[in-house]
Amino acid sequence: MTAQQRQKVLVLYLASSALDSNVKGWSIYDGTGKHRYTTGDAVGDGTGSSDLEAPYATGLDALLDGWRVIQFPQLIPPYPGEEYTTSFMKYEFIFEKLEEV
Amino acid sequence: MDKQHLLNNHQMANFVARGFLRFDELVSDEVNKAVMAEIDAGGIQGAPSGTPLSECYEGSSIRTLLDMPEIQGIIHSLVGADPLFDHDAVHVREPNQGSAQGMHADSIIDTRWDFDIQIMYFPHDIPLEMGGTLLLPGSHYRRVNEMDIARYQNMLGQISMVCKAGTILVLHHGIWHCGRQNKTDKKRYMFKVRLNPQEPQVKLWNTNGLEEAKGGREIHAGHKDENDIQYILAKGEPWFENASGRLEIVNRIKQWRHITGDDSFDAHYWLSRLENRPSSRQSA
Repeated sequence: MTAQQRQKVLVLYLASSALDSNVKGWSIYDGTGKHRYTTGDAVGDGTGSSDLEAPYATGLDALLDGWRVIQFPQLIPPYPGEEYTTSFMKYEFIFEKLEEV
Repeated sequence: MDKQHLLNNHQMANFVARGFLRFDELVSDEVNKAVMAEIDAGGIQGAPSGTPLSECYEGSSIRTLLDMPEIQGIIHSLVGADPLFDHDAVHVREPNQGSAQGMHADSIIDTRWDFDIQIMYFPHDIPLEMGGTLLLPGSHYRRVNEMDIARYQNMLGQISMVCKAGTILVLHHGIWHCGRQNKTDKKRYMFKVRLNPQEPQVKLWNTNGLEEAKGGREIHAGHKDENDIQYILAKGEPWFENASGRLEIVNRIKQWRHITGDDSFDAHYWLSRLENRPSSRQSA
């Protein structure tokens, strides 16, 4: 990374472990300082009934737009006794893009 | 308690499935104004944790609110006739904020089928630019510890509490939520109180018609009767992953069994299949 480049990080939560599955949630961190993204900043009309404008429809669409994947979620078997519990979003893919500043 | 003010089967199933119930403009303008005046005067006094709710807020407009038959019915249906006061707070979001609160579940990781509720009360209008509390329907059974989930900025299906004054939101203790950014030049206020049940939370609501609403043994048969409890419990949220979304149905079935005392209840055969043990029947 040169002194004139900064990292943007995109986190996509997908419907399955497949990179081309649908986006269910997302977060963005912008190292260029141009935007400050925050919780609930894509709330739509607030009712939860209308589709939010996700940055991409699938993980693959992010690749097609120039984002590089820097982390795939591992597939970890459920711990014994915890097979039916739910917790964090399982399919968290992390992408980066370098931008000139 | 007059049954007309208790929650019905449909509302209870929605609470079990989605982790919240919303009652728009339930509280009168008179009470809203009285509460705002108390907040401005810094005068809402709770009680020591563990105090019966009936002994809290004497002389306060919050007592007037809690004594409304509709609010009493909601409380009775979910946590019994006289739950314990846990804590309260007036949450304030300052004007023109640069960022929102991180997504979180309150308190600490809490895996009980017995559940607390939090009543959120919005005493003034909340337009979209003022934020509103953000909540994620159906997130309440996910085992997370408080701000572990603060990196989740946006999830499909999230709801922002854009509402009129006097709106009440009732939450399961595990629901993911946060205070959204307030982009106006006015402060935003929300009063919340957490309540702990003192009695088993079994059939505390208006259970008229419960047997009929259970539905039959059809396997995800595509019948879409929105009053059918199985349909409500098996309906996914937009943010659910394909596989974990099925586990959420199992969580809801277990919760429904817990609050009805009916261990034979199932939705679309998801648990009956797993509980089939022909070998143990043979050896018995």
